[in-house]
Amino acid sequence: MSNVAATVEPEGIARETIGRGLAYGGIAAGVVAFWVALPPVMTRSPLVPFLIGLVGVALGGAAIWSGAGRRLGGIAIAVAVLGFLLGWLATRSNVEALDTVFVWSALLAATLRAATPLTFAALGGIISERSGVVNIGLEGMLLMGAFFGFLGADKLGSWWAGVLCGIVAGASLALVHAFVSIHLRADQIVSGTAVNFLALGITGYFFIDVYTDQGTPGDVDYTPEITIPGLSEIGFIGDAIGKMNVLIWVALAFVVLAHFLLFRTSIGLRLRSVGEHPKAADTVGISVYGVRYAAVIISGALAGIGGAYLSNGITHSFNENLSAGRGFIALAAVIIGKWRPYYAFLACLLFGFTEALALRLPGAYGEDQAWTTLFRALPYIVTLVVVAGVVGRSIPPAAVGRPYTKQ
Amino acid sequence: MPGGETAAARLERWQKAGGAAAPIITALLAFLVGGLVVLATGSNPIEVYKGIWNGTGLEWFYRVGSFDVTIPFTDTKVWFPWDTGSRAAENLQQTLLLTATLILLGLAVALAFRCGLFNIGIQGQYLLGAYMAVWVGSSFDGMNSFAHITFAVVAAALAGAAWAGIAGILKATVGAHEVISTIMLNWIAIYLGLYLFGQGGPLQNEDQVFSPTSNTVTEGAKLPVFWGDPLLQGLHVGFFLALVALVAFWVIISRTTLGYQMRAVGFNPDAARYGGISVARNYFLAMAIAGVFAGLAGAVDMLGWRFTIGFSDIQSSTWIFVGIAVALLGRNTALGVGLAALVFAALVNGTAARNIPPEVFDIPEQAGNLSTTIQALVILFIGADILILWLWARAGQKIGVGRSSPL
Repeated sequence: MSNVAATVEPEGIARETIGRGLAYGGIAAGVVAFWVALPPVMTRSPLVPFLIGLVGVALGGAAIWSGAGRRLGGIAIAVAVLGFLLGWLATRSNVEALDTVFVWSALLAATLRAATPLTFAALGGIISERSGVVNIGLEGMLLMGAFFGFLGADKLGSWWAGVLCGIVAGASLALVHAFVSIHLRADQIVSGTAVNFLALGITGYFFIDVYTDQGTPGDVDYTPEITIPGLSEIGFIGDAIGKMNVLIWVALAFVVLAHFLLFRTSIGLRLRSVGEHPKAADTVGISVYGVRYAAVIISGALAGIGGAYLSNGITHSFNENLSAGRGFIALAAVIIGKWRPYYAFLACLLFGFTEALALRLPGAYGEDQAWTTLFRALPYIVTLVVVAGVVGRSIPPAAVGRPYTKQ
Repeated sequence: MPGGETAAARLERWQKAGGAAAPIITALLAFLVGGLVVLATGSNPIEVYKGIWNGTGLEWFYRVGSFDVTIPFTDTKVWFPWDTGSRAAENLQQTLLLTATLILLGLAVALAFRCGLFNIGIQGQYLLGAYMAVWVGSSFDGMNSFAHITFAVVAAALAGAAWAGIAGILKATVGAHEVISTIMLNWIAIYLGLYLFGQGGPLQNEDQVFSPTSNTVTEGAKLPVFWGDPLLQGLHVGFFLALVALVAFWVIISRTTLGYQMRAVGFNPDAARYGGISVARNYFLAMAIAGVFAGLAGAVDMLGWRFTIGFSDIQSSTWIFVGIAVALLGRNTALGVGLAALVFAALVNGTAARNIPPEVFDIPEQAGNLSTTIQALVILFIGADILILWLWARAGQKIGVGRSSPL
């Protein structure tokens, strides 16, 4: 986009700015079209979301016409139509159902919960890919963290020992991926796939070995919730984040830390240089293999924490293939977030929100309604749609996926 | 030049040797490491592998004697050197049954690979094919048998093609990476099936309310069995369909313009585009044809021996990913996929719970996890074929996996 903008004359740039504004307005209108049908506004007339959605479509159309690029305008139209449809669906649901699902504070809390494993994995993905190694093994590393995190907490009797076990398990699997894709210069996607299956086999094997067919016990030291005095008393904010799991706070801290590390320290500069131009980095004396090993292992450790939180903080149990594609959703968040921690975290929040919604919506329509099963596909559908809409605008580190051969 | 040999010729010889030997060494190495895993958990690996071997039915081939055999679909008996009614024969039928499925799944991965796409979506494509086959097969009762089977098989192939085609279109138009989009489509397919055939779903068998499953395929839509007892999952004609698919794959890849174009795109998309080949068109077609193969795999399973698809079948369908190991071990060639499918079918069937003697594993399901681990190791070692080739001749060759958009 930017190189195209650079070649057009100034008035073209101004037009493009206006067009972008129109498109963002259209997207906002789409969101509002859905929002007005939800508590606390909760309009009962389908006409309101329809009219607001129509405004959004018009803005998107105007954006395309003004030349802001068909893509952004198209996204605006899609969001506006989707917003109207969801809003219309909401006006057709009964009021009590909407009130139970859209308790915004509880929904925000659930969003943060669901987003946390994704955030840990996505941060790992960013660090690994910034160093030039694609890590589709995140899924397996989450799974390793989930099983061994739970096992550790169960057998060693404390949640933090569990988290440590999760870290070690995730990092060990990452070490395999690192060795095969860095030293043996294997195709990183094939290697990542292999470690995913390895995790499936290993966790499945030990799960049955340790817990037989009884399932996991219920008396494990779960990762604790922290109540922040003062904060927990402030109405909405208190309900949402006043009492939150310790690992959610850790995830938030890590997002800030990762951003600082990547863009404000020499370590981050070295990491990025290895991912952008390994030969140049090698020339100035940075160990390309060393940096990549460290990055991949750290990514495994992070995914391991995410996995430990998933089993020991959210589900309070372990089951085979517990990670259920979350590693890949985190990978999508990395791409959508343009390999930047803050943006990726926002993407994780979006996916966390859909997951939270997917869990709560069936309840609103009654568990006996068969079609509500389809809500559980919502996080995957949203990921698919968002990846399709954003991916072309997202530019990866230059050397990602390419093995480096030492000269 | 007497006694002399050019470096290129030597390299070619080594690569050829490595090409034939590497997959064999890879498989042996994977079984060796798998044995170490068994040893680590306190079982005797030799006992375990003996149990697995006996379960594969491959011993049938060296039990030569003098027997009668009935020519399929007739009453004529002729002399035959092997006993077609033995226990080993039954096991072999099971192995070949699975070989047919794995050939089709392997081809679905291999064809996409040749075009530089990693089709990790065979699970979703298989499931869509299976849903379609079981729906068509259990409806339209009283139709002519041949027409009914053809209808069900074609519908299943189209369903698989459509599902894979979504990922193909997204890749071709907006560049969404096929690994993420196909994984998301897998999960969407799973929840779609859980809705369709689940409690209160529109296609649920109404006679079995409490263990949700589909209706059973009618007698007319079942594939004829040509070896063994149709009631005991004898070998059905789908096996020949798989062999035909192998030939079709070879013809498409090696003898058609389309195959040439797909290989060109897989080798180097930029060069192919420069040469006037539509990269987008080939991405879409490669995924769609891959989806046909995966959909057929679902069809032969449903019409050949499963006849229904239940809630738990859908939930525990990760075994479908064996197709990836089959394609990789078979080096994405027709002959290789055929042989690798036999190897993995023997492994999976040999590790099936009913074939493992109780004294080997306390819990027979463990064998399945061992099988998953060995599959993962095979993929890992193939990815790291540089290691294998180094062991062979210090000459490396990377398997061809194209990359384009970011991951």
